[in-house]
Amino acid sequence: MRAPSEKDVAAGDVLLAVEDVSLSFGGIKAIRDVSFDIRKGEIRAIIGPNGAGKTSMLNVINGFYTPQQGRIRFKGKTRSKMRPYDAARGGIARTFQNVALFRGMTALDNIMAGRTLKMHRGLFWQMLRFGPALREEVEHRRAVEEIIDFLHIEHIRKTPVGRLPYGLQKRVELGRALAMEPDLLLLDEPMAGMNLEEKEDMSRFVLDVNQHFGTTIALIEHDMGVVMDLSDRVVVLEYGRKIADGTPDEVKKDQGVIDAYLGVAH
Amino acid sequence: MFYREAGQYKTSYAADQALFPILQDRIGIAAILLIAFVVVPLFASDFLLNSFLIPILVLSLAAIGLNLLTGYTGLLSLGTGGFMGVGAFACYKLTSIFPDANIVLLIVVSGVASAAVGSVFGLPSLRIKGFYLAVATLAAQFFLSWCFIRIPWLYNYNVSAAIEVPTRTAFGIPVTGPNATSVTRYLVALSIVVAMTWVASNIVRGRIGRTWMAVRDMDIAAELIGIRLYRTKLLAFAISSFYCGVAGAMLAFLWLGAAESESFNINQSFLILFMVIIGGLGSIMGSFFGAMLIWGLPIVLRAAPEFFGVTVRAATVEHLQFMVVGALIIFFLIVEPHGLARLWQIAKQKLRVWPFPY
Repeated sequence: MRAPSEKDVAAGDVLLAVEDVSLSFGGIKAIRDVSFDIRKGEIRAIIGPNGAGKTSMLNVINGFYTPQQGRIRFKGKTRSKMRPYDAARGGIARTFQNVALFRGMTALDNIMAGRTLKMHRGLFWQMLRFGPALREEVEHRRAVEEIIDFLHIEHIRKTPVGRLPYGLQKRVELGRALAMEPDLLLLDEPMAGMNLEEKEDMSRFVLDVNQHFGTTIALIEHDMGVVMDLSDRVVVLEYGRKIADGTPDEVKKDQGVIDAYLGVAH
Repeated sequence: MFYREAGQYKTSYAADQALFPILQDRIGIAAILLIAFVVVPLFASDFLLNSFLIPILVLSLAAIGLNLLTGYTGLLSLGTGGFMGVGAFACYKLTSIFPDANIVLLIVVSGVASAAVGSVFGLPSLRIKGFYLAVATLAAQFFLSWCFIRIPWLYNYNVSAAIEVPTRTAFGIPVTGPNATSVTRYLVALSIVVAMTWVASNIVRGRIGRTWMAVRDMDIAAELIGIRLYRTKLLAFAISSFYCGVAGAMLAFLWLGAAESESFNINQSFLILFMVIIGGLGSIMGSFFGAMLIWGLPIVLRAAPEFFGVTVRAATVEHLQFMVVGALIIFFLIVEPHGLARLWQIAKQKLRVWPFPY
């Protein structure tokens, strides 16, 4: 556990700001006028009941959906529309609620695929796999091995990920995102479906990533214990609206949040 | 016992990523290459070369080409025959324009024409996938077949509307046409196939191969880690068609010595697709297995009764052959839907732990 005051998040620079974003699918308004920011180096949680628009929010941030209204400011640059490729280039990595690994590939290849953007040798050298191409391959393998080491998945590096248990798949997926060396890491329910021990491991990895690599993290999570312990600041969504924003302690005491989670007497 | 990797330590990532990291595999592949390059040319009969080995080499190369597209990138194509035809006709035009050029070079260059055509017909893959893409490539197949008949320029205004392969040389030795010996054609085909197989395995093990497989397995996640889908898919189409084009040129110039539109029709596409599926999607080795099974097995079956001294009527042999091959294909698909390459892997794994079950 860690007190938020350890880190000087209050005075931190804003890495990403969501400004008045609205997103709808036909008549369904998934997100309505939501604004919040993510500061450099913090762990920012996005919580809310089912269907609150949390995953849609992540999809907007990494360019998978284009919001009808509002802007997103990332690293000081404002944009209203961005392709996922540009988001990846800009340094936004992402894991998914339902594991989205490349099932036919080994854990090693999955994580190596995360370094695609950093590898530049063209078709000619790839065909020969010699000289510069081999050097590049080995250099990135070394970086990937560090991530494998960090996540303690050495023993499964050559196993096709489709055969791995769920908890390890989640870890490989985190590894693939880390291989991109992102500035902003979006985690969509990293602990979903895990047992206590796996949750503890994953929490430790999230904290370590944040502290050792200095990666800014935005995470969606339903386990309130995990959210309150890990995050520096929490934003709460309900029916696409933002109903609270602040430190875990502030959010916990907020009457609107309590009502949203426990229901209100009619 | 003899196939065990204990004690073979890898001390660098380069060694760990080698094509054949296990010593026994390296010895095995060296032995196969030695037999293929030295022993076979010394002892093989013309029949063995012309109707067994050269066809298998040509079809294996085409199967590798389709496997790069369908097995590795997950894009189903029924245009293989058409793309092979582009290679064959391009090579024919090139030999007419440059009669003195090295024919081996021309065969490989004709793949470029096929790659260009393949990329154009790969454009629909940016929007559609699966069966719908298969239908789009089917259109390519029919359109190209039509071109091979209706554009007389392609076959030099020949009355028969067919390619007659002229005698062409490489380094002064006749490689194609009536004057070329079977051994020469076999060795040229073998060299091209070995070189291009090596290149294909390099591509699929590197960055480009990983982007292909990523697009195949989960295109949304691939996009979010910074893989550009249209580039990746078009590159797969281009390289796949290049391989098919070279295979088509080899089919006309090194195997049959003649070709027409019918040689590259939809049946050819299906034949190659079956080879890829039975051999193993996403496996270079499987492409060879598939070609050997589908082309080689009927020939073996035809020769079998005679070999055992049994006289059977030719028509009966033909029927038996269809039945046995059909039954075997179903058997293999039920036992191992991932193809012969997977069976091969399982066998190797069993051999490693032998005599224990695991």
